Amino acid sequence: MKREIAFTLNNEEIAVEVEPNWTLLYLLREVLEMTGAKEGCGVGECGACTVIVDGNAISSCLYPVMEVEGKNVTTIEGLSKEDGTLHPLQQSFIENNGVQCGYCTSGMIMSAKALLDKNPDPTENDIRVSIAGNICRCTGYVQIVESIRKAAEKMKNT
Amino acid sequence: MKGYDYYKPDTIEEAMKMMSTLDGAEYIAGGTDVMVLIKKKALSPQNLISLRNISELSYIDTDNGLRIGSGVTHSRISESDFIKRHYSALFDAVSNIGSVQVRNVGTVGGNICNAAPSADTLCPFLVFDAVVLIAGQKGEYQLAIDDFLLGPNRVALAKGEIVKGINLPALGANSGSAYIKHTRRKAMELPIVGIAARIDIDAKGHPNDWKEAFRRIDDISDMLRLLEKERFVCNDARIAMGVVAPRPIRAKKAESALQGKVISEGLLDEIGRIAASESQPRDTLRGEAWYRREMVHVLTKRAVLMALERMIHADSSNNPKTS
Ligand SMILES: Cc1cc2nc3c(=O)[nH]c(=O)nc-3n(C[C@H](O)[C@H](O)[C@H](O)COP(=O)(O)OP(=O)(O)OC[C@H]3O[C@@H](n4cnc5c(N)ncnc54)[C@H](O)[C@@H]3O)c2cc1C
Ligand code: FES
Ligand code: FES
Repeated sequence: MKREIAFTLNNEEIAVEVEPNWTLLYLLREVLEMTGAKEGCGVGECGACTVIVDGNAISSCLYPVMEVEGKNVTTIEGLSKEDGTLHPLQQSFIENNGVQCGYCTSGMIMSAKALLDKNPDPTENDIRVSIAGNICRCTGYVQIVESIRKAAEKMKNT
Repeated sequence: MKGYDYYKPDTIEEAMKMMSTLDGAEYIAGGTDVMVLIKKKALSPQNLISLRNISELSYIDTDNGLRIGSGVTHSRISESDFIKRHYSALFDAVSNIGSVQVRNVGTVGGNICNAAPSADTLCPFLVFDAVVLIAGQKGEYQLAIDDFLLGPNRVALAKGEIVKGINLPALGANSGSAYIKHTRRKAMELPIVGIAARIDIDAKGHPNDWKEAFRRIDDISDMLRLLEKERFVCNDARIAMGVVAPRPIRAKKAESALQGKVISEGLLDEIGRIAASESQPRDTLRGEAWYRREMVHVLTKRAVLMALERMIHADSSNNPKTS
């Protein structure tokens, strides 16, 4: 039994038909074909599906789609500018080797964005806590922490 | 995926009415337990009734004790400076649950209703003598957390009842608390052992500014020696242990061994030993029983020490120190 829900997705108001038992991740990937958020574990353990809802990083694989009604959702697709300019976090991940296979990257960047939106001047520990729920099997995390730290510096100075 | 329908009531009354009329219905709060169970096919509800939009479940009220609505998320609790300073053991617990993503949606109500043996808020609630506020068919009633917890994933809720909130009584003037979650990695882990302690000190007969002398001490052994020398007595104490029994339990013999005694290093060691003897751990993949019992001994002593340290530094701005 389909229901219609309306919410803001990457600054655009949208209305979509959903099944009440979908997760937000299912809507994004399988229906809206926005494949930036990844499905890793599907049960909240890996962070690959992280998106921002009303300012908070959440695991979209556990988020009932019906709760999105009226909310403000930001995904990795919403970070770059219309002319294609990347967000400072995205640019910094490229420049500082924060990306290897890339599977964790969109989740990492969304966790980092939620952190920097609340706390533009994080300590290394703040950064590590913010991505503790995001698993990376490639980088060993050092370059990721560095990418976030350098992005934060750049964002403060502009 | 088998389908379910999803309802979003605005009031407790409406939610309870839905529960009594819909077939195969379950309540869902943050869903960090429920959605995982559904995905693992351990639960297949026909209807989910969401408690997330019920505003009467999302309060934090801090006069004369602490009252927390069941729908308050772990993140919101960890952002409360009042809770961090005064109900430090609860702060310790919620700030280490899962990940940011889990804390942003997971609620205290969900944590106590799911009642996993490893649920992190349960030991702190036991040491604060928390009372669970329940909305039932015949109106509201209260149950001590100790009576609310029945066993692994079992609580004393009748079908359709909703936990409205958790009430924590006001603390004594010289009180401190801590929760230690013993894990192999720093995040995204359930505890191998969890220990909470709260201690109240009797400062009668000591000068008003007695804490000053203690604040100048860095070494914890020196702090203990001075407490013993000046004959500071434990007024009241609570110790709770998680993952060492089917549900989190109080170490009541250890508590009474502290009661009315002069604090000393020897006494704390004794308390740790007694608490270990009260634990009933099992061998599991995540830790063997003998190891868990050892850790109860060590961590009980450490948790009481942390509680004492926080009691002494209660008014300072970096209290509690967190690692
Ligand atoms: C990746 C991951 C890591 C985790 N790490 C930890 C951890 O470190 N420590 C820990 O303790 N837990 C952990 N959890 C478990 C879970 O996040 C917590 O137990 C959380 O507090 C559950 O809250 P919720 O609001 O999501 O509950 P839900 O899943 O919505 O509900 C849990 C249960 O409680 C019932 N319920 C919820 N609210 C009420 C109410 N007000 N009245 C009556 N019944 C109610 C529901 O019907 C359901 O049976 C983790 C979970 C995940 C997915
Ligand atoms: S896919 Fe959501 S946390 Fe792993
Ligand atoms: S870059 Fe491969 S998982 Fe992180």
